Amino acid sequence: MKSTMVVFLKEVRENLRDRRTVINTLVTGPLMAPLIFVLLINTLVTRELDKAEKPLPLPVIGAEYAPNLVAALAQADVEIKPAPADPERAVREQDVDVVLRIPASFTQSWQNGEAAQVELIYDASQRDAGGTVARLRGMLDRYATRSGALRLLARGLSPSILKAVTVADRDQSTPQSRSGNLFSMLPYFFILGGFIGGMALAIDTTAGERERQSLEPLLANPVPRWQLLAGKLAATTAFAITTVLLSILAFAVVGHFLPTDKIGMSMELGPRFIACTLFVMLPLAGLLAGLQTMVAAFAKSYREAQTYLSLLMFVPVIPTMMLSLTPVKAQMWMYALPLMGQQVIITRLMRGDHVPDSGLALSFVCTALAALLVSIVTARIYRSEKLAISA
Amino acid sequence: MIEVKDLHKAFGKVVAVAGASFAARDGEITGLLGPNGAGKTTTLRCLYTLMRPDRGSIRVDGIDAIADPVAVRHRLGVLPDARGLYKHLSARENIAYFGRLHGLDEATIKQRTDAAIATLDMHDIADRYAEGYSQGQRVKTAIARALIHDPRNVILDEPTNGLDVMATRAMRQFLLRLKGEGRCVLFSSHIMQEVAALCDRIVVIAKGRVVADDTPLALRERTGEPNLEDAFVKLIGSEEGLAA
Repeated sequence: MKSTMVVFLKEVRENLRDRRTVINTLVTGPLMAPLIFVLLINTLVTRELDKAEKPLPLPVIGAEYAPNLVAALAQADVEIKPAPADPERAVREQDVDVVLRIPASFTQSWQNGEAAQVELIYDASQRDAGGTVARLRGMLDRYATRSGALRLLARGLSPSILKAVTVADRDQSTPQSRSGNLFSMLPYFFILGGFIGGMALAIDTTAGERERQSLEPLLANPVPRWQLLAGKLAATTAFAITTVLLSILAFAVVGHFLPTDKIGMSMELGPRFIACTLFVMLPLAGLLAGLQTMVAAFAKSYREAQTYLSLLMFVPVIPTMMLSLTPVKAQMWMYALPLMGQQVIITRLMRGDHVPDSGLALSFVCTALAALLVSIVTARIYRSEKLAISA
Repeated sequence: MIEVKDLHKAFGKVVAVAGASFAARDGEITGLLGPNGAGKTTTLRCLYTLMRPDRGSIRVDGIDAIADPVAVRHRLGVLPDARGLYKHLSARENIAYFGRLHGLDEATIKQRTDAAIATLDMHDIADRYAEGYSQGQRVKTAIARALIHDPRNVILDEPTNGLDVMATRAMRQFLLRLKGEGRCVLFSSHIMQEVAALCDRIVVIAKGRVVADDTPLALRERTGEPNLEDAFVKLIGSEEGLAA
């Protein structure tokens, strides 16, 4: 036990002196994701707000056929513009988001009381234009409904006969739960943080130590190999969980600076969120450290270990992808699966949903067991004679 | 005191050691001499329990190395062929790390480290990070940390490998000093002059077998060659690996 502590302290001290490891673990790892997040969300929110408030510029073809419609649009803050020569092309080239075409037959149909047609020319694959098109369509629908109602009234009928059923929305989402969808990548960032935080040490303490020829002298000390390994795993786990903690804190701080309230969302990472997330991430950090060390022990060189571990980094994406593609109700068995359990718990915490204590405990125990199992397998690899020999 | 009996070790089909037996006594320097690939390093690795022999027995101060490797490692100071240091630790910290792994208390570590720094003349690097050490400075640090627990038995794998003339001379002086302190010193080499100048006993090993185990004088007499190098060539039966 004492030897394990000696190894732990030495690995922590040595790696804290390695500038690259410190930057990767304590700066890049935890801060990169929140920064990207702030930039992304800020751009998104600002653009949405801009679009909603600004007058909508609209090229119109054949405005003279429907002066009333055009006047109504202009009143609703639409800026009527002359149409481009080739509207279809202008839309494809993204010169304009949408063009309104009023055919010559409009006047005739309108006067006859028939359904008069207008055309919207847009490109649905242009994500950017979607908001503009929806806004314009809303205005046109409202104008159509209003005009239709006037016609019914003129014939002495109530406009409500056209609405046999009306729908009222009772949305049960909260600002917090709505943001849960937006921030569904967050658990992955935490798990990734743990992965990046442990990576440098996992490689350095095994493949790196062998490559630098210091493993053989180390193994000549009167300490059973599993105790050396335990110290190294503990150091790797400590770095990983530190990265996770910094990551959580960074997101908690960043949450206050996001203009999410303007789009009806909120990101609240309070003390309970931080405590629960750390609790379920702790055994996962141990499991990841064990896996990384195991892979690094197999690798013949530092480089090889880096390559393998970069591939291993994609494994935690799988549950994130699965859950975001097919959102399923949280079931008890999900808590028992390492990675999946953390994913479900962090997502629910973020949405402000209730996570049962039994779920937290199950996730912790199962992941800890998996970590122990991986550590035992790694200890077996450490017993191999070839471990220390670099050539 | 190190005793080896009928040591066998193979890696797959490659036989590295095939029945080596010899002894290294306290207060003597024993040289393990042989061409490259003769099985010297594998033999030493079995001695310091990095590897487990397929067959045969190893006793260090009477303790069975296969049954109780940890106890044997307590009694050995080892300078392996691999002598990497931790580059973000100073010489002093590198030495202290091994001292702690041997279970020594901080006061003892401090006192012995100071003594080693004086003996090996490493004042200039004692508190500098190991990154950028010269080969000689690395070996000095590696020796100091290998001997921090004051072992009765010292095993060195090609200790002068890569050292310049001055450092080699210092290393030889140091080995003689260890012998003077009554320790059992066992080192491997393929350099004739070195073995001739230092050893009380020479164990000549070729193709994994001990082909001679005697004093330098007796070896010269036995082969009828006045020059030890010629005696060596005669013993191993070829000139292979003598380029060094």
